[in-house]
Amino acid sequence: MTMKPWVWAWAAAALAFSATLLLTSGRGAGELAYAALSFGAFAAIVGLGQMLVITLGPGNVDLSIPACMTLAGTLALKTMGTEPGTAFVGVAVALATGLAVGCANFVLIWLLRLPPIIATLAASLVYQSVAIWSNRGLRIKPPEGLANFATGRFIGVPNVAWIALGLAVVVWLLLERSVWGRWLLASGQNARAARLAGIPVQAVRAATYLSVSVFAALAGYLLASFSGGAALNMGTEYLLMSIAVVVIGGSSIAGGNSNVPGVLGAALFMFLVVSMLNSYGAGAGIKSVLTGTIIIAIVIAASTRRSRQ
Amino acid sequence: MTVLESNPVVALRDAAKHFGPVKALNGVSLSVAPGECLGLVGHNGAGKSTLVNLINGTFAPSSGEVAFPLGQQGVRSVFQELSLCPNLTVAENLSISHPDLRGFGWRRPARAEIQASLDTVFPDHGIDTDAEVDRLTIAERQMVEIAIGFAPRGGTPRLVILDEPTSSLDEGIARQLLSHVRAFCAAGGAVIFISHMLGEIFAVASRIVVLKDGKVVADRPAAAFSRQGLVDAMGHVAAEGTQAAAAQTQIGEVVIRAEGLEARRGEVVGLSGLAGHGQAAALARLYLSQTSDWRAGRGARAVFVAGDRPRDGVLPLWSILRNMSISVLGRDANGGMVDKDAERRLAEDWRKRIGIRTDDLTNPILSLSGGNQQKVLFARALASDADIIVMDDPMRGVDVGTKQDVYAIIRAEAAKGRTFLWYSTETEEVCQCDRVFVFRNNEISAELTGAQITEEKILEASFEMMEAS
Repeated sequence: MTMKPWVWAWAAAALAFSATLLLTSGRGAGELAYAALSFGAFAAIVGLGQMLVITLGPGNVDLSIPACMTLAGTLALKTMGTEPGTAFVGVAVALATGLAVGCANFVLIWLLRLPPIIATLAASLVYQSVAIWSNRGLRIKPPEGLANFATGRFIGVPNVAWIALGLAVVVWLLLERSVWGRWLLASGQNARAARLAGIPVQAVRAATYLSVSVFAALAGYLLASFSGGAALNMGTEYLLMSIAVVVIGGSSIAGGNSNVPGVLGAALFMFLVVSMLNSYGAGAGIKSVLTGTIIIAIVIAASTRRSRQ
Repeated sequence: MTVLESNPVVALRDAAKHFGPVKALNGVSLSVAPGECLGLVGHNGAGKSTLVNLINGTFAPSSGEVAFPLGQQGVRSVFQELSLCPNLTVAENLSISHPDLRGFGWRRPARAEIQASLDTVFPDHGIDTDAEVDRLTIAERQMVEIAIGFAPRGGTPRLVILDEPTSSLDEGIARQLLSHVRAFCAAGGAVIFISHMLGEIFAVASRIVVLKDGKVVADRPAAAFSRQGLVDAMGHVAAEGTQAAAAQTQIGEVVIRAEGLEARRGEVVGLSGLAGHGQAAALARLYLSQTSDWRAGRGARAVFVAGDRPRDGVLPLWSILRNMSISVLGRDANGGMVDKDAERRLAEDWRKRIGIRTDDLTNPILSLSGGNQQKVLFARALASDADIIVMDDPMRGVDVGTKQDVYAIIRAEAAKGRTFLWYSTETEEVCQCDRVFVFRNNEISAELTGAQITEEKILEASFEMMEAS
C-alpha cells in the first residue's frame, strides 16, 4: 500500500468512465472523453488555485472563486464586445480582474485580519454585484475565433485541457523545484516555525491569494468563451468543486502538502461521476445525494489509508 | 536490595524494538523495584525514549517481553516532548487521563487534585489551574505535566517515568522536583529518571543504567559510578571533524542594540534568570524585528535556533534534508529554482560536522530522536550567512557529548566574527558566555561581563526582587 495518493483519483476516474461506457455498451466513448476533458479542465484550473491556498494551512481557503470567475468572464466579454481579433485584450482584462480580486481579498485578510473564509465570502458578494452592475444581465457572445478556440481540439484533445495541463506542469514545477514552492509548503506546515526560519510568510501568502484569483479569472474567461457568453451563475458549481478536487486529489486539508496530479485526476472524476449518473437516468435530487456520498466515501477511504501508514 | 529480586514493578526480558532495519532497542533486560529510582542515561538515539515507550505500552516489543508483576495500573510517563492539550486548562488536562472524573461536577475535584499535586511537587508554583495550557510558559507546562504524572488519578502512582523532566526548568524548580522524587521513592514508589544532566542523576538515582546503541552497557548502583566513569560508559559519539577549541575571540564593535540587550561582533551573549521571566519573548521580538515578513533577504542579518521544537522549529511533514536547507534555499538558488546538488552537499557536510545520527537524510525529520532534531535546527541556522544567531534555550534534550561539540562550534563561529545571543536555563552554559544579561520579571536586572559571570551573581540577580517583595 505504498501507492501515491493521486493514483486513487485517477483510478476512480477510470472506473467512472468504464461504468458509463458499460451502460452505453461502448458507444459515445469519444464524446464522453471530450466532454470530461473540457469540463474537467475548468475544474482543474480552479482546483490548482484552491490547492495552493489550502496548502497554506488550516483556515486558508478562497470562497470567492465563483464570483471571481463570473466577474472576469463578464468584464472580458464586455470589453471584447464580439469584435474579432480582441481575444488577447480579453485575456488581459480577465487576468487584470483576477489580480485586482486577489489583491482585495488579501488586503481584507491581512490588514483587517479577517479569517479568510469570511473575507473571501463577503468580498465575493461585492464582486458578484459588480458583475451584475457591469452588464445588466446581457449575454454578450465571445468573438467567433475565440469561441472556436475554446471549443476546439489539438491532436484530439480539447484546447482548454491543454491549457489546464500546461498550468498543472507550471504549478508542479513551482511546488517541487522552486524556492517559492518550498516556502509555501513550509508555511503550511507550521507558519511560526517557517517565519522563524527566515521565510517571508506574508509575501508567500499574498502571492498565493493572488494566484488563486488569477487562476479563477482565467477559468472564468475560458468558460465564458466555451459556453458562448458569461452568465451570472456560471461559477456556482465551482465552489464545492474546487475544494472537492483538492481533497479527493490527495492534498492534505491541514496544509503543507499538495498534490498536482491528484487534482487533475479528481477533476476528471468529478465530471465523470455526474455524467455517469446522467446516463443512468438519475434525477437531479438523486444525483446530488450520490455525488455527495461518493465524495465523502473517497475522502474517508483516502484518510484511513493515510493514517494507517 | 532484596525487594528488587522479589517483586519488581516492571521487568523487561531481552526486549527489542526494531523499526524496519533500525534497531532502536536491541535486547534489553532490566527491572525496577518499588522504592527504587533508576537513572537512565545514554546519548541521543541510544534508545532511551524507545525503552520508555515499551514500558508505557506505546509500542509492543518486536521480541522479548515486558512484564508487570504487580499489574499495569499506576505506570505513568512524563514525556520530553510536552504532551498536554494546549487549548484546555490545567485541570481539564488532568481529567483526560483520570478515569473517575466522569459526569457532572467533575471540574471541582479535578481542580483540587491537580492543585494538591502541584503544591506537593512544586511548592509556591503560582500556576492557575484554570489557565489554558498555551498561556503557560514552557517551564510551567512541564511542571503541570510532571504534577499530572504524580497525581493519584483514581489510583496510586507506582512507577513514574520522567523523560528529561528538568530540561526547561531552572535550578530552583529542578531541585524541588529532585527532592520530591526522593520522597516519592522513600515512600515505596519507583521512578525511572532520564536526564542528560549527570549531576541530577547522581543526586537522585539509587541505580544507574547506561544505554548505548540500543543495549544496556552498564547497570550498577549509583555509588559505584564516578562522574567520569559514567561519561566513559556512555562513550562519546564524536562528530567527524570537530574543530579544535577556538582561540581567544576578538570582540569587535556593537552590532545590535535592542530590547535593552547589546551585543558585539564575535561575542557570545547569554540571557539568564529564572525560566519564563521574559527571555524567550525578548529574543523572539528581537529576531522578528531583524527579519522581514515580506522579503527573504539574501543577507538576512539574523537566524533563530528554536528550543521549543514542535512550536518554533520543526517542519513535521518534511525530511531531514529539507528541514536543514530551508533557510539557505534562497541563497543557493538558481534563478528561483532549488539547486538540489548544492542542497545535498550542504546537508551531508553538516550531517558530518554536527554528527546527526541517520543513514539517510531523506528520512522524515520525526524519525530522529529529540536531540538529533535539535542538531538539525542548529545546522539550519549555522549553515546560513547571518551574522547574528539567536538561540532560545537550544540545548534541551541534547546529550553531553553533543553539547561539547556544539560549544566548540559556537566558539569557532564566534571567532569568525559571528554574534550569538543565547538564552539558557542551565547556569553552567551561561557561565561560558562573554557577557550575560539576567532577566527578572520581563526586565533586565543585571549585566555581567568577564570575571563577574559566576553562578552566585546570576542567582543573586535572578532572585533579589522576589525576596524584597
